[in-house]
Amino acid sequence: MTDATVPPAVARPGLFEGDARTRKRNAAERRFRLYGMIAVGAGLFFLVTLLFAIVSNGIGAFQQTSFTLRVEMREDVLDKPGNRNIEDIKAVKTFAYKPLLRAAILREIEGNGIDTPLSGAKIVGFSSDLDKLLSDGAAAKLRNQVLANPELIGRTVEVTVLASSRVDGYLKGRVTRESIARDKNLDAEHLDLVDVLRGAGVVGKGINTAFITGTDASDARPEQAGMGVSILGSFFMMLVVLLLALPIGVAASIYLEEFAPQNRFTDLIEVNISNLAAVPSIVFGILGLAVFIQFMHLPQSAPLVGGLVLTLMTLPTIIISTRASLKSVPPSIRDAALGVGASKMQAVFHHVLPLAMPGILTGTIIGLAQALGETAPLLLIGMVGYIASNYPDGVGAGFLDPNSAMPAQIYEWAKRADPAFYERAWGGIIVLLVFLAAMNILAIILRRRFERRW
Amino acid sequence: MYDTPKLESETVTDEVKISARGCQVHYGDNHAIKDVDIDIQDKTVTSFIGPSGCGKSTFLRCLNRMNDTIDICRVQGNITLDGQDIYDPRVDPVQLRARVGMVFQKPNPFPKSIYDNVAYGPKIHGMARNKADLDGIVEKSLRRAAIWDEVKDRLGAPGTGLSGGQQQRLCIARAVATEPEVLLMDEPCSALDPIATAQVEELIDELRQDYSVVIVTHSMQQAARVSQKTAFFHLGNLVEYGDTGQIFTNPADTRTESYITGRIG
Repeated sequence: MTDATVPPAVARPGLFEGDARTRKRNAAERRFRLYGMIAVGAGLFFLVTLLFAIVSNGIGAFQQTSFTLRVEMREDVLDKPGNRNIEDIKAVKTFAYKPLLRAAILREIEGNGIDTPLSGAKIVGFSSDLDKLLSDGAAAKLRNQVLANPELIGRTVEVTVLASSRVDGYLKGRVTRESIARDKNLDAEHLDLVDVLRGAGVVGKGINTAFITGTDASDARPEQAGMGVSILGSFFMMLVVLLLALPIGVAASIYLEEFAPQNRFTDLIEVNISNLAAVPSIVFGILGLAVFIQFMHLPQSAPLVGGLVLTLMTLPTIIISTRASLKSVPPSIRDAALGVGASKMQAVFHHVLPLAMPGILTGTIIGLAQALGETAPLLLIGMVGYIASNYPDGVGAGFLDPNSAMPAQIYEWAKRADPAFYERAWGGIIVLLVFLAAMNILAIILRRRFERRW
Repeated sequence: MYDTPKLESETVTDEVKISARGCQVHYGDNHAIKDVDIDIQDKTVTSFIGPSGCGKSTFLRCLNRMNDTIDICRVQGNITLDGQDIYDPRVDPVQLRARVGMVFQKPNPFPKSIYDNVAYGPKIHGMARNKADLDGIVEKSLRRAAIWDEVKDRLGAPGTGLSGGQQQRLCIARAVATEPEVLLMDEPCSALDPIATAQVEELIDELRQDYSVVIVTHSMQQAARVSQKTAFFHLGNLVEYGDTGQIFTNPADTRTESYITGRIG
């Protein structure tokens, strides 16, 4: 009781000279701040390194090398009867177009006065060494152009066709004169020819829109591979997730938070929901395989099934964040509503839910973003692998046709051998990150928009 | 000491509005209200006083069944409004609360416009046939709560942007908009400054013309100023209930005397 009145045993130092204890405390605080700054700095360093690696590796995928050639559409090859009957034109197979492209390159060689051993390249079987410059898809593209517009036959048309992935790699620095010595794809004379043709403006790099809009391509033609269809696959999956997880999750949270009695059973449910959020996603994948595909016989590799699996995975996230934002609405608002005679449901839907909306939307979008980047469950339901499907025709097909998803497509490209696919995997990561960033920005905007003070 | 002048004339009717008999409230294992019998009269201000935790707010919340929202709360005994048991299973608490309005300790306007705050009750009870009707109810309620002149030019502004005293009067306007018969006020002035308190007290006295007002307060001066009847609660018991003048000048129970002279509480 009387401690306060006892004078201090030692004389206190003046205010200007800190005692040892204070100095020690201050030093500890300074050290702690330093640790913090080092941690943040290290984090930033790794982030910048990661971004640099992704962008420098992936930016190449957004450019593609192509040839601009003047092709003579010879009538005697493409339409022998000469009456432009579409059935006759269709009867001409893709490999008949190859000599036309070859001739077009030879004409460029002659026209530019280039001296190259390739101008005398022998035709072995149906192909010659010159063909290695162009993509395997070049002839098919030419044929599609002619089928779409038979008027082209008999004329000389300027067409832009993809270069082969090696030529593309040479222009991007991926393929060098040293590296070609190790494989049999291109020879030094090819690169010499490309150098000259590039100077003449026949070969050049351009923006690669096909990477965003195109479909996946086989191992032999990485230059054609694009993400378009897998973006669409992801889109349909997200649609399923949004349509199922948002209403189910929000309804479940409202019931649990506002209406359900507090007893053992609801406690058990609560614990289980929290635990479900931590279950590895591959477990949800095998659940989806067992229930949706093997038991319910839903189609394999379909975005519908992928969406269902991701819904199961996203639900706990949405429920937890929704409950947290419902909890954060002050009880005085509920009292106020009940006090003027609103029913419980009116109080919740008129007052509590609007106030919890920013939190719910943020949680939902974060959950969707998580689902968008999820690969493991898709492995098990077959949404990964070479799915060179074309664009689904119609919404129903979009849900039910086999498709891939963005992260699965990236995974698929990353495991293929050709370094051209490796570049596309990084490019795919850029696309995925752009989508994720867009979703997060949307979450922030929505939160700002709906945020109200009370 | 407490015989401060009354704001209005004493017009106490003897008509009983709310009557409680043998009312018991349990919060889990805690026996919060013990066997309370009370008759609250119409067109009268009745104040509940007592030390913190004595159960006065709990009892107030029994009168419009706000305690229903608390899972662990059990109410026993008999409480009637105009002779009808409000805990009868046939009673819908929603309808009851439209007749027994409530104003809370902390001003709690909805984060909506001033207009919507007042219009919400009439809207959900279907009291207005059209927009003009609703406008009329809103204006009348805001006038009754003595806040109309301050907000009439900004009815679209958020209710949460008003000052504390204005917010509380807005809450009173919101409560009277549903035309209740009884108005329960749980320490309505505890978050307000003396000027806002004076305004609200004046308002309470005016509201007495139409309603039975029950007010829980920690301020004995306030109880003396605004109420005609006072009930003193202690440890869950209703110790004494009578005319305000008599309670403050000549209490029958020693506990009441100790409390109002500041020896317990």
